[in-house]
Amino acid sequence: MTKTLPDLIPDTELTLPPQAERKLPNGLTVIAIRRAAVPLAEVRLRIPFGRAPLAAATLLSQALFTGTSSMSSIDIAAELQAVGGSLGAGLDPDRLQISGNALAGGLGRTLEILAGVLTDATYPAEEVRTERERLVDNIQVALSQPSHLARVALLKRMFADHPYAVQTPAPDEVRAIEPAALRELHADRVRPDGSILVLVGDIDPDQAIDVAEKMLGGWTGTARDGDIPPAPALTPGSLLLVDRPGSVQSSLRIALPALTRTDPDYAALTLANLVFGGYFSSRWVENIREDKGYTYGSHSVIEHFAAGSALIAAADVATGVTGPSLLETTYELGRIASLPPGEEELEQARRYALGTLRLGMSTQTGLAGLATVYAGFGLRLDHLREHSARLASATREEVAAVAARHLAPSRAVTVVLGDAEQIEAQLTALTVVERSAQ
Amino acid sequence: MASRIQIPATKYPVERFTLANGLRVVLSPDRSAPVVGVAVVYDVGIRSEPEGRTGFAHLFEHLMFQGSENLEKLAHFRHVQGAGGSFNGSTHLDYTDYFEVLPAGALERALFLEADRMRGPRLTEENLRNQVDVVKEEIRVNVLNRPYGGFPWLKLPPVMFETFPNAHDGYGSFEDLESATVADAQGFFDRYYACGNAVLSVAGDFDVAEATAMIERHFGDVPARPAPVLPAFDEPDIDGERRESYTDRIAPLPAVAAGYRVPDPIAAFEAYLPFSVLAEVLTDGDASRLVERLVQRDRSVTNVGGYLGFMGDEYQVRNPTALLLQAHMPPGGDAGKVLRTIDEELDRLTTGGLKPGELERTQARMSARLLQGTDEVLGRALPMAVLELQRGRPGLLNELPKLISEVTAEQIVTAAATLRPERRAVVEVLPGAGA
Repeated sequence: MTKTLPDLIPDTELTLPPQAERKLPNGLTVIAIRRAAVPLAEVRLRIPFGRAPLAAATLLSQALFTGTSSMSSIDIAAELQAVGGSLGAGLDPDRLQISGNALAGGLGRTLEILAGVLTDATYPAEEVRTERERLVDNIQVALSQPSHLARVALLKRMFADHPYAVQTPAPDEVRAIEPAALRELHADRVRPDGSILVLVGDIDPDQAIDVAEKMLGGWTGTARDGDIPPAPALTPGSLLLVDRPGSVQSSLRIALPALTRTDPDYAALTLANLVFGGYFSSRWVENIREDKGYTYGSHSVIEHFAAGSALIAAADVATGVTGPSLLETTYELGRIASLPPGEEELEQARRYALGTLRLGMSTQTGLAGLATVYAGFGLRLDHLREHSARLASATREEVAAVAARHLAPSRAVTVVLGDAEQIEAQLTALTVVERSAQ
Repeated sequence: MASRIQIPATKYPVERFTLANGLRVVLSPDRSAPVVGVAVVYDVGIRSEPEGRTGFAHLFEHLMFQGSENLEKLAHFRHVQGAGGSFNGSTHLDYTDYFEVLPAGALERALFLEADRMRGPRLTEENLRNQVDVVKEEIRVNVLNRPYGGFPWLKLPPVMFETFPNAHDGYGSFEDLESATVADAQGFFDRYYACGNAVLSVAGDFDVAEATAMIERHFGDVPARPAPVLPAFDEPDIDGERRESYTDRIAPLPAVAAGYRVPDPIAAFEAYLPFSVLAEVLTDGDASRLVERLVQRDRSVTNVGGYLGFMGDEYQVRNPTALLLQAHMPPGGDAGKVLRTIDEELDRLTTGGLKPGELERTQARMSARLLQGTDEVLGRALPMAVLELQRGRPGLLNELPKLISEVTAEQIVTAAATLRPERRAVVEVLPGAGA
């Protein structure tokens, strides 16, 4: 080494952006956050949607902006565009989320149009028919994607009969949904009570909340209870092999038990996950990509649902090395579960976790995403301080202990999607394999 | 219609200078968040790779992460992420970029890492074979094992272009990748990775004087090597519609893409810019011309998109390039009918002009998207680096919202009138999997 790596200058103290919050009389919570770097405003509206009928809820998310009694879908799109805006909706098993942005000067108009949609969406028959056909086509395409098929199989294996087990409707279920069902579902569930609106950007937080109150104050109604029963504990068992004839890669997916964000051990689990496979400089990536060349990328991440959290590890590997990839993966899980991490690799993971929190807070979209996700779990941005402190103080012993409980290969639920004829024997050499009936 | 919304502009400062060894530097300080973005771009891309070595520019990008003069394999990744940052690189038609985003206190470390590999990567047989395997898995996951892989960015150029630089597969054939040697890699580095052929750009939370001193300290001793002569990749426009199709064994539904040559993005920037707005008039959102007609009214497509540049890098690509329109269709969809409808809509635009407010709202939305892109430090460091590399004009990033808002309806109509069937190359995806 002829040249020396420069030292890092320690981070300044974490500063949270100026923000305000108010619960409106209609039950809507509004959180407004100022980051004025560019003259835009980000909008996120999170509406609880747990246990909503899947096919109707999915189609509703696609057809929400197709018309009101005074505006067509084209009017809505054109009027939003005129203030530099755009809005869209997405669904997951816990919530319907509307996301978009506009030039900061157009925030009021954007919320006015949004209010029109929330209080007066008409789901016109022709437009709904178009969206229904598009949704069916998109599901057909998803069903040809290995990542989607592997996810479908894993969710089913993780959640069995729980509502989370199926998150994409079957095409025939979608075809059966009529506009009346969307209107009924909208009336029943698209309600301000329990919903959260997050506004981030070049705004004055208090004034932005005033604007939101003016525009959205007329949105009323109580939501039906959508609470989801707690997700069942994972039940480890034989490896599930899903056949995809002709597949030139195998999609390896592993679920492990995780912890909620507020659990005292969550920061330690975050660090254990990073050391195992949660970032590029993890043992798993360095092993199966940088040493062996089995994959373009492997990644493990802790996913949080309202009714439970899970750690999901994913890698797409060459068909011919599917068995060896599972072997190395099991080895790395066993290693992190059985032996404490090295001091330097733990410090590296710790600095990554703390640094990327700051990166995530450095943009309007990052703040909007973080604030919305946190709010969905009853948390606010100030939770970042507590989480940072726990990341900073977690010890090797704590990380080792949480890894032993959560990353042990004996606790894994494993699914492999690939060309069964070519990979079944490779996998059977290592573990008990069950072929999917699918 | 309400009065037109004011199109705002950003005022990110831009400092430019050149080191004695020829390295061009762009600095854009902004202290609104405690993070920095560092980008190094080299003036070499897919179009420069030699025949028989398809995919080599991208493979070489991988090799730049495999260790360098003072850094072992894996060290680059660990030093960036161990500083709380993220990294990546990407290979484009005309350039290759390497970048990091980090907490502000890690700026000097990032500069050290970039300077070290600019002096020379560790090119070994073991690393080369390992990364050939990794790249093959990348191609499998992104192209071979999924529906519509490489559509249209790998599938349309061979229909549209005649010459190897413009027409070949930039991800590369497995045969070419496997036959790559360490000597090829060393030759590629020696020829193209000269500091005179690169731009370093830093954006975010730093002091200009301090950053300048750091840059001198770490890059000042990179040996001066001249930039190679930039070849002209231009070729004549096509003279008559070209249409080809291929079967995608995984895809359940048909799709089609059409490309039309556009003016030189750099030499003829004034004539090029209206095509950027035109693409959005045609395809941005439910109120755009082709979405309204093809998706909503005719239901002949499930979605349609339009953009400039095969990799969507409209202000970071050189001539020749294209305006692309692409559509996915429902079962039994008819690509010929979709193309005829596109022609009808283009005729309607050319003869009837734009509707009141249509141009203004499109420009407002384009500005919002550009502004959003610049909110992140890499959304400034990267485009500024490429704008310096290709145009000597990094400040163009600040000017784009205004320039876009000044494009006139007449310019849009003139641009639309050039999108004639006889000037287009078409590639159609035939579904090989039953829906």
